[in-house]
Amino acid sequence: MTSDGRPAPRIRDGVRAALPLVPGPLLFGLSFGVLAEAAGMSAVAAVVMSATTFAGSAQFAAASVLEDGGTALAAVVSAVLLNVRYVGQSIAAASIFPGSKPRRFFESQLIVDESWALAGRSGRFEWPILVGAGLLLYVLWVSSTAIGSVVGGVLGDPDDLGLDAAFAALFLALAKPYLRERKTVAAALVAVAITLVLMPIAPAGIPLVVASAACLLGLRR
Amino acid sequence: MSDVWIVVLVVAAFTMVFKAAGPVFLGRRKLPVRAQSVVDLVAPVMLTALVVTQAVGGNEEIIVDARIPGVAAAAIAIWRGAPIVVAMFVAALVTALVRLVA
Repeated sequence: MTSDGRPAPRIRDGVRAALPLVPGPLLFGLSFGVLAEAAGMSAVAAVVMSATTFAGSAQFAAASVLEDGGTALAAVVSAVLLNVRYVGQSIAAASIFPGSKPRRFFESQLIVDESWALAGRSGRFEWPILVGAGLLLYVLWVSSTAIGSVVGGVLGDPDDLGLDAAFAALFLALAKPYLRERKTVAAALVAVAITLVLMPIAPAGIPLVVASAACLLGLRR
Repeated sequence: MSDVWIVVLVVAAFTMVFKAAGPVFLGRRKLPVRAQSVVDLVAPVMLTALVVTQAVGGNEEIIVDARIPGVAAAAIAIWRGAPIVVAMFVAALVTALVRLVA
């Protein structure tokens, strides 16, 4: 039991929490495999990338830069910038990881936007939710990448199904419980403003990173 | 080594270190109170920024399209207490329908 009397969550609760998200990583993993193939990546390279980077938007960015004929450096920079946000997310969830350093290293690799956000939905981060949700998403992501890079372009665009909007709705639903205190709402609004201003002028990833400066409102008492 | 493998390995190395930054280097040490109140804002700030990039994001541009009615419908559902999966379904359904018609 936790201190507030609810039963402590288990890893399987994390898996269950991520079940509604299944179509997302499945379809995007498939389409990443397809895009990777078009970008000249072998199926092995695409699967290794999904298994080691495990961050959809950055992988899409890298593959689409390569597909457009961009340099390796440009592909690396765009993907790395997109993932800088994970520094903030991993610091926010740092204290929930038990065990030795190697164990914490491996389990921290299960942090993706969705698993991290689900793990924090009760207002404080819960390790079993992060690991359960992360494992399910990881298996789906890697296996659907493999299928996509082999099967190729027989699939339609996942956006036709409205999946892009569904993920916006997911993040909104996960943000809602936080938006009670005035300071939090103010910080969120500043983040929205920064993001909107930078989106037309900065490469993908930068708006999210700069928007995190809104967290500095936490310094005000 | 081919360009593809350089990209795969370098991006993976950076991402792994980013994700491990908190759990491995910070661990269970407590942050000072003021730093903690900054970190407490990471979740709401990042989530709302992700809503924006996901809802109107394009390739270095803002695109207003069928996602807006979908996300708006989901927002109403969320504020009326709908579960997450219902909100996601509403957003996908409305957006897909608008795209179908448009």
